[in-house]
Amino acid sequence: MSKVYSSATTALDGLLFDGMMIAAGGFGLCGIPELLIDALRKCGVKNLTVASNNAGVDDFGLGLLLQSRQIKKMISSYVGENSEFMRQYLSGELELEFNPQGTLAERMRAGGAGIPGFFTATGVGTIVAEGKEHKDFDGRTYILERAINADLSIVKAWKADESGNLIFRKTARNFNVPAATCGKICVAEVEEIVPIGAMPPDGIHLPGIYVHRLITGTHQKRIEQRTVRAKEAA
Amino acid sequence: MSWDRNQMAAIAARELRDGWYVNLGIGIPTLVSNHIPPGFSVTLQSENGMLGMGPFPLAGEEDADLINAGKQTITELPNSAYFDSATSFAMIRGGKINMAILGAMEVSEEGDLANWMIPGKLVKGMGGAMDLVAGVGRVVVVMDHTNKAGESKVLRRCTLPLTGKAVVDRVITNLGMLDVVPGGLKIVELAEGVSNEQLRSATEATIVN
Repeated sequence: MSKVYSSATTALDGLLFDGMMIAAGGFGLCGIPELLIDALRKCGVKNLTVASNNAGVDDFGLGLLLQSRQIKKMISSYVGENSEFMRQYLSGELELEFNPQGTLAERMRAGGAGIPGFFTATGVGTIVAEGKEHKDFDGRTYILERAINADLSIVKAWKADESGNLIFRKTARNFNVPAATCGKICVAEVEEIVPIGAMPPDGIHLPGIYVHRLITGTHQKRIEQRTVRAKEAA
Repeated sequence: MSWDRNQMAAIAARELRDGWYVNLGIGIPTLVSNHIPPGFSVTLQSENGMLGMGPFPLAGEEDADLINAGKQTITELPNSAYFDSATSFAMIRGGKINMAILGAMEVSEEGDLANWMIPGKLVKGMGGAMDLVAGVGRVVVVMDHTNKAGESKVLRRCTLPLTGKAVVDRVITNLGMLDVVPGGLKIVELAEGVSNEQLRSATEATIVN
């Protein structure tokens, strides 16, 4: 059975339903599954809950699904770069659950690893801890955080082989690994699909067991904050 | 007289120890990397998934796949390593990072930190700040001593929603350096030209001797 699909739309065929929960990889605009996000917009699936560290910008990434009002709720750690997000949130159209970044990553990791929850000191004594079970271990207080189990994971990697083994590039790995593992089904988009045997088994970042469908295509890979240094005098 | 941003960063850089792994926040803390003592091996963590953060790239060498936690383009070093976000915060939560240097809106005399949210204003999110202050061995805050209205940001109790409770070890401001100790804050050092009385009058928190 081939995991390789011809397009993002066909790769999502049969996986989408209104009210579903999607875990998305990426940090800022780095390593976001931009082709799959575009396809979600075209498919028009609604009332989505999306667990993603950020919410894209107004006209790129998850911002596109906010524009089209397809997202009901975001679970994120930082959403500062998206004014449409803020508008919808402040007007009550959009639900928002802020998670500390490491808690969000671990909730996804736990979901993929069969761990229903975990105790962490992150957020103790803050509004994040409100309503959560507190427990002391060895004299320190921790709160219970629940795993995230998504209906669908969408991630972006650099390369895949045809069996779904993934290699990421530099800091574009970020949330793509934990997000990929926590979904019932994971669709990955990559810059290049290579034949089986073309990637060194020791160099695989995410084994293909976590990846069910694959697509490739042309990525914009936008830079959010282009920052450079002056050339030192020779 | 007082310390300017660059001097505050230089003072904060004195906290660094050879061999340490350190996370620097956005703003003045980022400037600390310009003051790493010669001969020290200090590895900077970027919580989006990198150890060994290098300088900003030269124009034309930017890479969309290589950014820091502030989403700025950066470069790698010969000893850099990349990893996913769960691994990144495992090393933070697991106490492997020796020190975090962060900015703040308010610090209390008990070491409470508020740096992520102003009620009624745009809420951007806490990012990794709550994880960092809860998990990192030593937390140093670098900030202006007072806000734009001249009110102290070094308080008995924080008025803003907390990032962490009893998490700050040391505060470096434009007026001086204070440590969180039992009963309040202790003045460690005064900025150039700042008197003990000036620092005290700009501080709402309890100062202990």
